[in-house]
Amino acid sequence: MATTQTMTPSMKRERRANLRRNAFYLALIAIGLVAPFFAYPVFLMKVLCFALFACAFNLLLGYAGLLSFGHAAFLATGGYVTGYLLASYPALTPELGILIGTAAALVLGAAFGALSIRRQGIYFAMVTLALAQLMFFFYIQAPFTGGEDGLHGVPRGHLFGVISLRSNLAMYYFVFAIFLFGFALIQRAVHSPFGQVLKAIRENEPRAVSLGYNTDAYKLVAFILSAGLAGLAGSTKTVVFQLASLTDAHWHMSGEVILMTLLGGVGTLFGPVVGAGLVVSLQHMLAQSPLGNWVGPILGVIFVVCVLSFRSGIVGEAMKMYRKNFK
Amino acid sequence: MTMIFGVPLAVFMGQLLLGLINGAFYALLSLGLAVIFGLLKIVNFAHGAMYMLGAFATLLGMRYLGINYWAALLLAPLFVGLLGMLIERVLLRRIGHLDHLYGLLLTFGLALIFEGTLVNFFGVSGARYPTPEALQGGYQTGFMFLPKYRAWVLLAALVVCFATWYIIERTRLGAYLRAGTENPALMQAFGVNVPLLVTLTYGFGVALAAFAGVLAAPLYPVSPTMGSNLLIVVFAVVVIGGMGSILGAIVTGLAMGLIEGLTKVYYPEAANTVIFLVMILVLLLRPAGLFGKEA
Repeated sequence: MATTQTMTPSMKRERRANLRRNAFYLALIAIGLVAPFFAYPVFLMKVLCFALFACAFNLLLGYAGLLSFGHAAFLATGGYVTGYLLASYPALTPELGILIGTAAALVLGAAFGALSIRRQGIYFAMVTLALAQLMFFFYIQAPFTGGEDGLHGVPRGHLFGVISLRSNLAMYYFVFAIFLFGFALIQRAVHSPFGQVLKAIRENEPRAVSLGYNTDAYKLVAFILSAGLAGLAGSTKTVVFQLASLTDAHWHMSGEVILMTLLGGVGTLFGPVVGAGLVVSLQHMLAQSPLGNWVGPILGVIFVVCVLSFRSGIVGEAMKMYRKNFK
Repeated sequence: MTMIFGVPLAVFMGQLLLGLINGAFYALLSLGLAVIFGLLKIVNFAHGAMYMLGAFATLLGMRYLGINYWAALLLAPLFVGLLGMLIERVLLRRIGHLDHLYGLLLTFGLALIFEGTLVNFFGVSGARYPTPEALQGGYQTGFMFLPKYRAWVLLAALVVCFATWYIIERTRLGAYLRAGTENPALMQAFGVNVPLLVTLTYGFGVALAAFAGVLAAPLYPVSPTMGSNLLIVVFAVVVIGGMGSILGAIVTGLAMGLIEGLTKVYYPEAANTVIFLVMILVLLLRPAGLFGKEA
């Protein structure tokens, strides 16, 4: 064959790496497909929703170097908009509800992003936190959110008007598909030229500017993408649990997603997924143990330990070890 | 009765006073944040927790140790300041060389620990401690009733704010501090013990927060979450004012308190959010903040 004859060793290596990566992805997808037969699907869906949320957050922190302390606002916006629409208009199908919820988060992300990228570093974090708190107060007072009680009894409905999502298994595969879509989008974005420019901005913004990149535009697009995906996670979560509440809008939630990302590994593709899985499992376990009231302080301790001595996170450390020992 | 834009003068002045008192708290807290940020370059997310600990130290000291208010005014900030110095020595120092975002994350973790632990022991509902006897009652001025305690809080907060300004801008120690903010390595080369200066600065900053906590306690219920909600507003105040100037922090804090008070009079629904809206406006018109320098 002509193609094999012209292949250089480096091309071969690359092809092998690609094969390995594809096999790895396929194996993970297979695990995801059979998982609901081994674990409680509702728990898995919760993990997937938070994993998508954390991946969206990581796109901003891990690749553009922007620490948003207000991502709860987007999660909550997606959740509230989807919840309100599905509860008020029974004719609306869940995928449309989720789509509109995501669009709402996208619009909010455009507004907040345009404001917050006007300041850098520490100030960026404080601005996003303050803007999210503004949304928190808005959602307490707004008539459509149910205030302190939240929205309950949001119907899951029929996917495309056909497939009933009442069964947890059907719901699970829908959530899994959404997660895969979000993850693939992030994976694509990170490895595209756009993602390379984001990394350049993270490493040295003035230099990226001097190379002629309009860094503000790149940061804004990353912010909007991240906000939209966080909204997608919130919308999906609302359909799964059939409720939307103020918990999602609280700054604790913005902190939790930071912890998930930090624990799993900032700036790695799988880190946020692993971190979300761990934090959700931990909360689940603690809630049933006598330590149930100590979730907050325990998360705080994990935060401190991560920052002091585990900054690459689990996936980051694992990759370091892999590189050291196998390459 | 005299009316101001359809609101009775007494109500108007009362809300203005409340706003001014809130503003004094914003000023004290953002002052501490600015002092810490200047030298350590970290935003102290545990600042709200330190404010809360100041109030709790007073409450518990009064309840179990029989400490009176005036002693607590001194002892609570001292206690919290020492705790802060310990935190700086044991934790913050180890991440000093890293990206400053890690400082924010570490202190966020600390805030979760303090807040969550106290919630487990005292719940979230909160307790009050009595106004000291000497400060009960009030003055009947021509246009409003001025409670003594509120007058005292305002006076004490302003005195501490301006004393801090004086120390930093007019004394030798303050000169070291300002020099350390500019170039710590050079300071070290001149033989100034910079690590000690950093520890003292952090302790002083959080002691200011604790002092505000002691002042606040007879006015607001003492609860473990009292600090975090306030802190987010203070962050907005800091974004509005910029952390570059001490006097700027004081002025912005007071002004935002007043604006909040005025909003409470004319449009109470927005009282919680008006400072965030001002922040948005400032970001649009003057991104570096009112007193900030473009980074």
